[in-house]
Amino acid sequence: MDKTWNNKAWFMVLPVLLLVAFSAVIPLMTVVNYSVQDTFGNNQFFWAGTDWFTQVLDSARFWDSLVRNLAFSAVILAIQIPLGIFIALNMPRHGLGVPVCLIFMALPLLIPWNVVGTIWQLLCRADIGLVGWGLTQLGFPFAYAADPVDAWVTIVVMDVWHWTSLVVLLCYAGLVSIPEAYYQAAKIDGASRLAVFRYIQLPKMKRVLLIAILLRFMDSFMIYTEPFVVTGGGPGSSTTFLSIDLVKMAVGQFDLGPAAAMSIVYFLIVLLLSWIFYTVMTQGDQA
Amino acid sequence: MLELRHVEKIVGRDTHVHATSLALERGSLNVLLGPTLSGKTSLMRLMAGLDTPTAGSVWFDGKDVTGVRVQDRGVAMVYQQFINYPALTVYENIASPMRIKGADKATIDREVRKAAELLKLTPYLDRTPLNLSGGQQQRTALARAIVKNASLVLLDEPLANLDYKLREELRLELPKIFAASGAIFVYATTEPSEALLLGGNTATMSEGRITQFGRTIDVYRRPNDLLTARTFADPPLNAMDVVKRNGQFTAGDRPLLAVPPHLSQLADGPCTIAFHPHHLSLSSQAPGSAPLQARTAISEIAGSESFVHIEFEGSRWVMLSPGIHDIEPDALITVHVDTRHLMAFGMDGRALGAPVAMAA
Repeated sequence: MDKTWNNKAWFMVLPVLLLVAFSAVIPLMTVVNYSVQDTFGNNQFFWAGTDWFTQVLDSARFWDSLVRNLAFSAVILAIQIPLGIFIALNMPRHGLGVPVCLIFMALPLLIPWNVVGTIWQLLCRADIGLVGWGLTQLGFPFAYAADPVDAWVTIVVMDVWHWTSLVVLLCYAGLVSIPEAYYQAAKIDGASRLAVFRYIQLPKMKRVLLIAILLRFMDSFMIYTEPFVVTGGGPGSSTTFLSIDLVKMAVGQFDLGPAAAMSIVYFLIVLLLSWIFYTVMTQGDQA
Repeated sequence: MLELRHVEKIVGRDTHVHATSLALERGSLNVLLGPTLSGKTSLMRLMAGLDTPTAGSVWFDGKDVTGVRVQDRGVAMVYQQFINYPALTVYENIASPMRIKGADKATIDREVRKAAELLKLTPYLDRTPLNLSGGQQQRTALARAIVKNASLVLLDEPLANLDYKLREELRLELPKIFAASGAIFVYATTEPSEALLLGGNTATMSEGRITQFGRTIDVYRRPNDLLTARTFADPPLNAMDVVKRNGQFTAGDRPLLAVPPHLSQLADGPCTIAFHPHHLSLSSQAPGSAPLQARTAISEIAGSESFVHIEFEGSRWVMLSPGIHDIEPDALITVHVDTRHLMAFGMDGRALGAPVAMAA
């Protein structure tokens, strides 16, 4: 059978194509452009080939930041996913408690990122912050600006506070979509709470968990605003993640070429890791 | 024997089940027949012990089990949705009730294979439920119920989500599959034809009450009241308010039908007459049939039968006629009522007279 082609259909997708071109493709191409050329201003460009890439990949600074990023994402996933599931399991399913819990859960998600950073920065300051001052008074000297461990603790706790809700809400959505009959059947079988979780709730939450893990991984891997506000990448470079490093390089030092090369490498790493996560987690679905 | 003694279930302000008493024998097949929200599932949950009754008690083999937890009662339940453990294989799903009970490996393997064989699941034992057809998923759920060796098996519209052909097939097999176990079966359905095909006993339900309980065929042939008759009719029962006078049923002083012999004892006065759609026909072949002039509304063809909706003296009736008929809407036709099957109800809905036993 011959397919009828209607070229008018292209006009329908044109707005989207234009939008994507201006929002993603063209900026990305600019970065690609910078990454293979050198400039001294005045709009003069010199071909640099893969020099910037080799320079970035050879620098210890890049690898240190990458390791910090990976460590941070691992810690965040290890805390937020189980905690999110645990909270979702214990949220009420009926009655007035539902909207109340949902609102409290959604609140942190509604606060702008730099405000979250400012809140926690103030909270953790050793001189005037409730947490920082309080801990110090209790005999646990706490100074995120001086001690790398304290800085990490601050950023991790802040991120957990800010983003665990997202995992909770996704898991909760997955949980409430399980028909009541499953729980009844399990009850009739005499299945334990753990068995219900292991054999009913967890498999039924698999899809939303996949989304939660992907979102939390990508977000935590690209974290910028909060550590920038709280620690500015310090003390030393202990909380300098790739994104912070990138901005330092591009804006602080005006090294546009290496910064562009680093952006592309960074982007490819996020893409690659997300793809690996996705493939591993959806593998079991195929028969 | 399972006995419900005046059990009642009230949730908030809604009465889900009005005070109900019912006794079900071991080895019996019992159908709960009623429309959606008539209380079938609520009653089943009370029988199972998933809910505790607001009032009344549940007895099993002479023991009060009202407060006994569901997992300690020996109950198996199959639902309208296909409920299996999603991440476990068919084998593990069927084995799950026995694993919880702590049966040994050899017993589990033997029982699982036996049940799988019975339900034609042997080739699929290594698959997960999501990779099975709806019918196979439901068979898996049924197999889980079988290996449990429960003394009470509750089937809550188990075939409703299956396609027509699979439904027919499983419906024929179900009584056979469970026959050997000697358990009490309760089967909830919204379809009168399903109750008739399954046989056994039927309890018709309406708005949280059991309107009648008895042998399925008796309930169908001799309903106690109009509500039961209506519940046990699909397509809907044809009914009309008439007045019996001088051996005739009359409407607005006009004689409609001669009173058939089985209703001749009826006192003169107002009553409701009713009959099933297949007792209305286009031909006058059946003895005792009486002709009526009616106006056609719509005609639907369902397989090898036609549903003809007609209007007669302000009542909307359905005629189920074998064969495919091309009937013009809004035309005057002559239809014939088989008066031997006429049922009569008093104005309070109670049955006054039912047809003598004969092929329905």
